[in-house]
Amino acid sequence: MVQLRLPENSRINRNGKVHKAPDGTTNVRTFKVYRYDPDSGENPRVDTFEVDMDSCGPMVLDALIKIKNELDPSLTFRRSCREGICGSCAMNIEGMNTLACTKSCSDVKGDVKIYPLPHMPVVKDLVPDLTQFYAQYAAVKPWLQSRTPAPPDHERLQEPEEQEKIDRPSACILCACCSTSCPSYWWNGDRYLGPAALLAAYRWIIDSRDDATGERLDALEDPFRLYRCHTIMNCTEACPKDLNPAKAIAGIKRMMAEREHA
Amino acid sequence: MRQRPLSPHIGVYKFGYTMATSIVHRATGIVLSVGLIALTYWLIAAASGPESYTSAVTVLAGGLGQFLIGGWLFAFSYHLLNGLRHLNWDLGRGLEKAEARGSATIVVVATLLLAGAFIYAAFFAGVPR
Repeated sequence: MVQLRLPENSRINRNGKVHKAPDGTTNVRTFKVYRYDPDSGENPRVDTFEVDMDSCGPMVLDALIKIKNELDPSLTFRRSCREGICGSCAMNIEGMNTLACTKSCSDVKGDVKIYPLPHMPVVKDLVPDLTQFYAQYAAVKPWLQSRTPAPPDHERLQEPEEQEKIDRPSACILCACCSTSCPSYWWNGDRYLGPAALLAAYRWIIDSRDDATGERLDALEDPFRLYRCHTIMNCTEACPKDLNPAKAIAGIKRMMAEREHA
Repeated sequence: MRQRPLSPHIGVYKFGYTMATSIVHRATGIVLSVGLIALTYWLIAAASGPESYTSAVTVLAGGLGQFLIGGWLFAFSYHLLNGLRHLNWDLGRGLEKAEARGSATIVVVATLLLAGAFIYAAFFAGVPR
């Protein structure tokens, strides 16, 4: 359901705290960061942090870590690899979903505004609850389903061209940037699987070693699970790995049409 | 436990070409559906005889009528051209980022040209004799 306004308990109040940079700092950058403390009983707020960029790394994640180390240890966010492969630090930076570790502060104009991934339940600060997102990934059965026994003396082989087809879709790191950028997913995330899960479904549908193509398409033949995609293309614009979920979903829709009229 | 808040979405997300072309496509679709009522009104009036037709033309050719017809011509042009863009996507073409950005620009420019041509033909070209 389209619900443009945030629910009562989610509206941002005006009690945001301001952490000024010490006097004499010359290279200051302002970060406005969404905060929510589940223990306080208060609504979310936006805190302002002035960061000395002369003693800060180049990426938005570097700034967040510096803020946590030096200004406010209670600031909470997920991070791990700091090189764009784990997908933990996905968040909304200057209005676009991306990974904080690969987003350079110098690419942002003016204040750096940081929110959690959009339209998700917030556990604390920049940490969204991804339970449903993972459940949707599991729902597309993201594993090889084969009817035939594997050859006893070697792996299930593919032609290089067959491997190339799944190369890019396999590179998804499940950071959730795409799904949470999609307005269709915002309004119907309970029934629409979202770009990330559908990209995974596509990756197995086109896998030459997989024998469950028909069942996989059957499972997606539904007005919501697949067809809530209206090719808005926010997913493809957001993907920090430069993958193309929109194209994958269009591919699934075409396979649906082709098998119907075969 | 207190219910978890919902993180901000449409209020903070960057309103880029992707969302703009999509929401305008929907909006123009709704506008055209409403326009069908006016078209039906005109057709029924034409079928009901010269008197009702004259009064319908008076309404539609009035200031408000002309304004609405101009708007519908714009909506029609955009919906038609962006619809072709969607058709192309459904054929699996033009889905790379650069292509989608390019086709968005083409649709906007072509809408201005096509709607301009329609409006010229409707209001300024005169009635062919």
